[in-house]
Amino acid sequence: MSAIIQMKEVNKWFGDFQVLKDINLEVGEKQKIVVCGPSGSGKSTLIRCINRLEEHQKGQIIVDGNELSEKTKDIEKIRAEVGMVFQQFNLFPHLSILDNCTLAPIWVKKTPKKKAEELAMRQLEQVQIADQASKFPGQLSGGQQQRAALARALCMEPKIMLFDEPTSALDPEMIKEVLDAMVNLAKAGMTMIVVTHEMGFAKEVADEVVFMDEGMIVERAKTSDFFANPKNERTKLFLSQIL
Amino acid sequence: MTNINILKPTRDNFQTYLYIGLTLILISIFDVVLRSFFNFNFSTFLPGILNLFLPLIIGLVGLQMIRLEYSGNKIIDKINQSVNNNPFNAGLTLLIIFLTLLATPPALNWMIFEATISGDTKEACAASEGACWTYIKVWFRRFIYGMYPNDFHWRINTAFIFLIAFAFVGYFMKGKLKNYITFYYAILYPIIAFIIINFLISGGSFGLEWVETNAWGGLSLTFIVSFFGLIFCFPLGMILALGRRSELPVIRYISIGYIEFWRGVPLITVLFMSSVMFPMFLPSDAFVDKLIRVIAAIILFEAAYVAEVIRGGLQALPRGQYDAAKSLGMGYWRMQIFVILPQALKLVIPGIANTFLALVKDTPLIFVVGLSEVVGMLQMAKTNPKWLGFAMEGYIFASILFWAICYAMSRYSQYLELKYKTDR
Repeated sequence: MSAIIQMKEVNKWFGDFQVLKDINLEVGEKQKIVVCGPSGSGKSTLIRCINRLEEHQKGQIIVDGNELSEKTKDIEKIRAEVGMVFQQFNLFPHLSILDNCTLAPIWVKKTPKKKAEELAMRQLEQVQIADQASKFPGQLSGGQQQRAALARALCMEPKIMLFDEPTSALDPEMIKEVLDAMVNLAKAGMTMIVVTHEMGFAKEVADEVVFMDEGMIVERAKTSDFFANPKNERTKLFLSQIL
Repeated sequence: MTNINILKPTRDNFQTYLYIGLTLILISIFDVVLRSFFNFNFSTFLPGILNLFLPLIIGLVGLQMIRLEYSGNKIIDKINQSVNNNPFNAGLTLLIIFLTLLATPPALNWMIFEATISGDTKEACAASEGACWTYIKVWFRRFIYGMYPNDFHWRINTAFIFLIAFAFVGYFMKGKLKNYITFYYAILYPIIAFIIINFLISGGSFGLEWVETNAWGGLSLTFIVSFFGLIFCFPLGMILALGRRSELPVIRYISIGYIEFWRGVPLITVLFMSSVMFPMFLPSDAFVDKLIRVIAAIILFEAAYVAEVIRGGLQALPRGQYDAAKSLGMGYWRMQIFVILPQALKLVIPGIANTFLALVKDTPLIFVVGLSEVVGMLQMAKTNPKWLGFAMEGYIFASILFWAICYAMSRYSQYLELKYKTDR
């Protein structure tokens, strides 16, 4: 299995504060990785580095054969292949759900409008909000908005999907509908990196779990091993608090 | 304290108090109406100051008597909540009503009943004390068209009809053409407008006699200056706003320098410079029309203000919007055009309207370079030896004109706010 994402000795600082310390991570195609850890441990920064929403200062990140650095031309092309779902949904509030989904395919991938709309409707059906297509984001519930955001990312037909705490801003009763959509996506064979505290989700779909603390990857293990017999003390402590 | 309690209604006696209170209020208003409209005062027997404030006192007592929360009467509740919630507000309410009533008869007399509009010389107005609308009537064409030759006024009218007609073209752009709507309004329309004004109003070709811009004036010049000012300062301001937030230092510092420079100098000096200093820097055979120089100065000046207003909108957008656009593979310009600017501009519609209204109301300043739009013409008419002494009428006329224009713009901006409101 070839690695689609490779991170080698990645370091990042915000001013004097080091958020990422010597991160080494390889993700194979169709692999599902869950990243967990206490808040402030650098999980979000880690996945934001993968599509260069954050710039790393040292080390190497290679996504689908392209190295990310200041010299990278066409960073947009790489980003177009890496979909991302955010904690705060970040739908475009001035556009309808359908327009949210077709904007990037039409203007970035130059898909004809008709085709983009068909694709968007298919994706919206997948996440079961096709009936909301003509509404504006402000008119939808949080769970519906997050599913719309997922559909929007999928409309670019990405090779990799990144999830940055997708359920953390949701009311408890809406978490399930979003997780269901993510499980379906995982079953369809998408490469996924998910930052989440939903350990149930991790157990169900993740191939491997990565535990981070203080900017370092403390432990990385197969899902079953990770929950059954964590090796590191900090992992044990974290799991005892969260489970 | 007991005295005030006598005036305080309770739920049991409210009906009686309501009748007495309303009667007192009506009496107080009636008294003021009698005083102002019929010059009749039935309380002259009272000492001076008491006589003067009698209606206010009666009215206050009346309002005190009807002040009861949840009285059960919707209209009374509404009055109590909004204008009668304490003695001070009640007093202010009465005072405003009374002052309006007192000011109405003299104002109406001056403006309408004793005003003159007949005749066409100053002598027609000599007989009466009221306003002399004859003055406005005689000078009307000058106020609208300036010193533009009378025979050619049709050219200005036709030009403006064309301008309005072309402004509505956007409504008929359907289907595929719709993609070009922004291009039309941002680029094509200004060019068309310039061509129309150049050929029709300026003339000099197609058998139309050339009229130099010194002769242009009045309201039509106000429109021309504001029109070009508005359509060009907006895109320039937008670019400057983006420039000030750019990550490229050169662009950022140029934008900051530009904005801070133009915000720091008064418009009147800018206009003066454009007219007097600027030609000195040009080679002697180069010539740029004074009006164009003035309009350019206004555009450059107002663009700095527009830029800061738009920057306010850009800063109000959460970072997540940038993240989302970037993560979908949009580059800088696509992100700005499709995601950031539409939202930022929607947020700053009130601020932009503010700036545009200020621009329209700043146009009279072009008098410093010898161009006379409507207020300038007023100034000219006011000092005409044959028509001395009618400044008041002129300024009222100009106020009404400017108010009408600005109110229309203000309503349009409110309409736009509603149209682009998508959060609910």
